[in-house]
Amino acid sequence: MDTSMKKLPPKPVDQKKRIAHWALAIVTILLIVWSCTGIDFGGIKQTAGQIAGAIFSGIFHPDWSYVYNGTGEDLVSQLWDTVCIAFLGTFISAIISLPFAFWAAHTRHKKWYVSRVGKIVLAIIRSFPEIVLALMFIKAVGPGSAAGVLALGFHSVGMLAKLFSEAIENLEDGPNEAVTAAGGSKTNVVMFSILPNLLPALISNTLYRFDVSIRSASVLGLVGAGGIGYPLIIALQYRQWNRVGIILLGIIIMVIVIDWISGWIRKKLV
Amino acid sequence: MSSTEEETLMILPKKKFKILNLFWIILFVVGLVVSTKVTKTSLGALFANFSQFADIFLQMLHPNWSYLGAVIPLILETIKMAILGTVIGSILAFVYSLLIARNIVKNKAVTGILRVIMNIIRTVPDLLLGAIFVAIVGIGPVAGILALAICTFGIVVKLFYEAIETIDPGPIEALTAVGANKLQIIVFAVLPQVMTYFISYCLYAFEINVRASTVLGYIGAGGIGLYLQETLQVFDYPKTGTIIIAIILVVVLIDYVSSKSREALMK
Repeated sequence: MDTSMKKLPPKPVDQKKRIAHWALAIVTILLIVWSCTGIDFGGIKQTAGQIAGAIFSGIFHPDWSYVYNGTGEDLVSQLWDTVCIAFLGTFISAIISLPFAFWAAHTRHKKWYVSRVGKIVLAIIRSFPEIVLALMFIKAVGPGSAAGVLALGFHSVGMLAKLFSEAIENLEDGPNEAVTAAGGSKTNVVMFSILPNLLPALISNTLYRFDVSIRSASVLGLVGAGGIGYPLIIALQYRQWNRVGIILLGIIIMVIVIDWISGWIRKKLV
Repeated sequence: MSSTEEETLMILPKKKFKILNLFWIILFVVGLVVSTKVTKTSLGALFANFSQFADIFLQMLHPNWSYLGAVIPLILETIKMAILGTVIGSILAFVYSLLIARNIVKNKAVTGILRVIMNIIRTVPDLLLGAIFVAIVGIGPVAGILALAICTFGIVVKLFYEAIETIDPGPIEALTAVGANKLQIIVFAVLPQVMTYFISYCLYAFEINVRASTVLGYIGAGGIGLYLQETLQVFDYPKTGTIIIAIILVVVLIDYVSSKSREALMK
C-alpha cells in the first residue's frame, strides 16, 4: 500500500473577496482607533474602586427598611407605579400603533411611496429621544407618572407599529379571498380573516414591548416622570449605597418576574 | 334534501365559549383601571394643556441652525462612545458566550451559574447603568462607554450563545476524532460557522448603542445628551430642536447602513 502522503491541491482563493474583507477590516480598525482619540480617559475619579465596592456591598447588605413602610414613597409602591406606567403606556401605544401599522405595511397599498413614507415617519418617532418626550409631557401635565405614561405611549409607537406592520406584511391572501369568494364584504374580511390571523402576532408583539417598557419606565423617573428611577438617582446623589442596593435588587427582580410572565403567556399563545 | 335538513345546514356551528378568555379580559380591564388610577393619567389634563405641548413642539420645528457648529463635535463624541462601547462589550460577550454554550463547555454547573449572572446583567436598563457609572467613575464619556459596554454585552451574549448552540455538531465531532484540543475545536469547527452571526449581532448592538448614547449625556455620561439637558433647562427649544434633528439624522443613517450590511452578511 502506498503510504506516502499526497499533497492536497491549494485552497481556491477568491482574490476580489479577500481584498474586500481586508478593506473592511482595516476600515473597522481605523474607526476604532479614531474613537479612542479625543476621549479623556484620565478623568476617572480616584475613588472609583471604593465607590464600586460600596455599591456592591450595598447590594449584599440592602436597606430592608425601605422595602415597605406604608408612606407610598417605599420600594414596593414605586415599583408598582413603574409597572402601572409600563402597562398603561404599552396599551396606549398599541392602540395608536394599529393605524400606523396599516399605513406602513407595503402589502396594503398599491403605490410604493405610501408605505415608504409611513416607514420613515416611524423611524423618526423611534429616534426621537424618549427623555425629551417625557420632559415635553411634564410641561403639559406636570411632573409625575402621567407624563411617563404619555411619553412611553407615544415613543413605543415607533417600534410597535414597525413590528405590527411586519406582521401585516406576513399575512397570507388566501383567507381574505375565501371570505370575499363566499360573498363577504370588506368589514367581513377584516372581522373574519384579517383580525383572527393577526391577533396572536399583535398580542405577542405587545407583550414583548411591555418587557421593554418596564425597563424604560424605570428609567423615566430620572427626569421626574414617575417610577423607580427618581428614588434611585436621589439615593445615588446622597451616596446611600444600601438604598441603591435595594432599589437595584427590586428592579432586577421586577424585570425578571415580568419577563417570565410575558414569556409564559407568549408561549401559550403560539 | 328536505327543508329541515337544509335549515340545520344553514346554522353555523357554535363556537365554544371559553371561560379562560373571559378571565383574561376581566384581568386586562382591571389592570387598565388600576393603572390609570395609580398613575393619575387623564386625557382631559393632556388636552387642557395641549397648547403648551404644541408650543414646545412648534419651537423645536424652528431650529437654530447657527447652533449646529457646537452640536457636531459632541455628536462625533457620541458616535465614538457607541463604537468603543460596542467593541469592548462584544469582545467580552465573545469570550463569555463560548463559556456558556452547552456544546462547548460540558459542565452544567458552570454554564448554569454563568447564565444566571448573564440574565441578571441583562435586566438593568442602559440609563440606570449610566447613572451608576457616573456615580462610580465621575462625569464624562468613560461612564457612558462602560454603561454601553455592559448593555452590548447583554444583547450580544444572549444572541451569540444561542447561535453557537444551534451549529452543526459534525465538524466538532470530526475534530475531536482526530485529537484536536478545545482551542483548536473552537477555532476550526465552531467559529467558521458562527462568525457571520457574531458580526451581525455586533452591528445590531451598535444600532441600539447609537440610540442609547444620545441620551446618556443627559445624566452626565458624555455625548450630545449634555447639550440636550442644558438647552432644555433654559427652555431654549430652538436649540433643542437642532440637537434632536441632528440626533434623528445620525440614528436613521447609521440604522440604515447597519441593517443593509447585516442583510448583505446574512446572504
